[in-house]
Amino acid sequence: MIRLKPFLLLLGIAALVAAPIGQGNYIVYTLASWLIFSITAMGLNLTLGYAGQVSLAQAAFMGIGAYITALMTLNGIHWGLAVIVSIAASFAVGLLLGYPALRVQHHFLAFVTLAFNTLLFLVLRNEEEITGGSFGLVGMPRPSFFGITTDSNIAFYYFTLVCFVVSASAMWWILRSPWGRAFRALRENPIRAESLGLKVRRQTLLAFAIGSAFGGLAGALQAPLVQFIEPSSFALIHSLKILLMVVVGGSGFFFGPMLGAAVVILLPELLRFTEGYYLIIYSTLVIVLMVFSPTGLIGAGKKLAERFRPKHEARRDLKQGVQL
Amino acid sequence: MAEFIQIIVSGLAAGSIYALAAVGFTLLWQASQTINFAQGEFVMLPAFFVLVGMTVFGLPLWPSVALALALSLLILGVAFKRLIVEPMLPHGTLPLVIATISLGLLMKESVKEFYGATAQPFPAIFPQTVYEIAGASVSMQDIGNLVVSMLAIGSLQLFLNRTRTGRCMQASAQNPAVAEILGVNVKRMVLYTFLINAGLATVASVLISPIYLAKFSNGETLGLVAFIAAIVGGFNQIRGALVGGLLIGVIDNLSAVYISAQYRSAMPLLLLIAIILLRPQGLLGTSEGRTV
Repeated sequence: MIRLKPFLLLLGIAALVAAPIGQGNYIVYTLASWLIFSITAMGLNLTLGYAGQVSLAQAAFMGIGAYITALMTLNGIHWGLAVIVSIAASFAVGLLLGYPALRVQHHFLAFVTLAFNTLLFLVLRNEEEITGGSFGLVGMPRPSFFGITTDSNIAFYYFTLVCFVVSASAMWWILRSPWGRAFRALRENPIRAESLGLKVRRQTLLAFAIGSAFGGLAGALQAPLVQFIEPSSFALIHSLKILLMVVVGGSGFFFGPMLGAAVVILLPELLRFTEGYYLIIYSTLVIVLMVFSPTGLIGAGKKLAERFRPKHEARRDLKQGVQL
Repeated sequence: MAEFIQIIVSGLAAGSIYALAAVGFTLLWQASQTINFAQGEFVMLPAFFVLVGMTVFGLPLWPSVALALALSLLILGVAFKRLIVEPMLPHGTLPLVIATISLGLLMKESVKEFYGATAQPFPAIFPQTVYEIAGASVSMQDIGNLVVSMLAIGSLQLFLNRTRTGRCMQASAQNPAVAEILGVNVKRMVLYTFLINAGLATVASVLISPIYLAKFSNGETLGLVAFIAAIVGGFNQIRGALVGGLLIGVIDNLSAVYISAQYRSAMPLLLLIAIILLRPQGLLGTSEGRTV
């Protein structure tokens, strides 16, 4: 079982490398957009699934990243620098928002982030001289590294894939570091975690800020992918969509956000033949999923697997412990 | 000065309708820890029930309103509780939040697909006369909206405080376990709460649709406003939701005229953030409120 995992992981990456070969532009674009939303959903999963905080501003952090990257690259600054600024800015805004919100009861982060998302939308729409207002910004150049450009869709897909793998590894490392274990301890039993000397507020704040920074990175990739950004791409409804990805996939599972992003991005494409009804079918499916499996798709899969897999049972004779 | 009075009155009128939605929101939270992200759509939908009654069945206005009320109680009250909230309650708040977000989307898209994407004119409930009071023009519609919403909230308050059923509902909200021991049918009381929420949503819908026209996307702003009003006022108080709603209505109107029309909808949000930072239990709330 444990031997299988690295093999499956390699297979997965190989599938991602092979996926766009021979596909049309639109499919390559959709796949790249899936990778980007996986990054942002991974960030939210850290906040939600591991630190147990509801953030309703993940799209706003994508917006911060996208606008900073767009403005910097349009003014001739290299993407490499822009992405660092984007990530740092989202991290800083996360700290600023989270610090006062987490001072009080824990569900207030949800309300503060909800308000922040709507406020940011208004600022992006109204400050026309900087952000282009509701017309948005157009024509962000795609980055090039050491003479290799990512102008073609397929090249940009591979570039996104590299960023995705790097950020997934970073997330893997964070979750396995003492910090990550602390996040999980907080979610499982905050009182116990505190009694073991963890600073609950500082840890939660850090989880939220790191999650926001992932949003910033996703935004920095979104801007050159779409090459057109406007305020409504980062409105509250998109934050809810990202939240949907995390929960539908399975919050608190490492691969939950990727699965959720796939469902949220790809399912509408698959249901396109139903024309106007696809959102109706889609939202019904989500409600049904939530009613029957609140732990999302991965949770449902695990439940199903447990039913068929022979149970790993401890030796019966050791069950009571060694008795002498 | 005349302009100021005018702004205050129309702000109060709009705010009283927001308060209806916010009170329902608070009630659901108290009774079952449901944060209903579809509350805006709950207010949007009954207007379309009325329109269906009038255009499809050819009924006059008031029978259509009665039909809408019945449908809302059935769908937004009973079905919402039985099919969605009840199976999910044991799993905590988050899956329920996601489910209500999807429910809102479902309602919005269904109306768009099956009724129409354009804004539909809605018959006025009150005569369109405008009175001149001290130089300010005050419309009958505003006064009517204010009076009807206040009556609805006032009678709800009386029902909750003065009747046996109402007090049982309060007991179930405050401590379900003890209420159960004392012989209160807690499940039934929670059902009543959902019915009251559906009823309030219908009243709000019928009052607000003549002003904003009935449109599938109305719920987006309404839901946000109800949400803010409930938090600003205090999440665990009906009075709080009332004050919150009125305050948001007035602030919204004042900032549209005196500050900036562009940043009009930012003011309630700034108020929300200020309240959360300075007085997290809300203006009238008591701080013992439960956490999510």
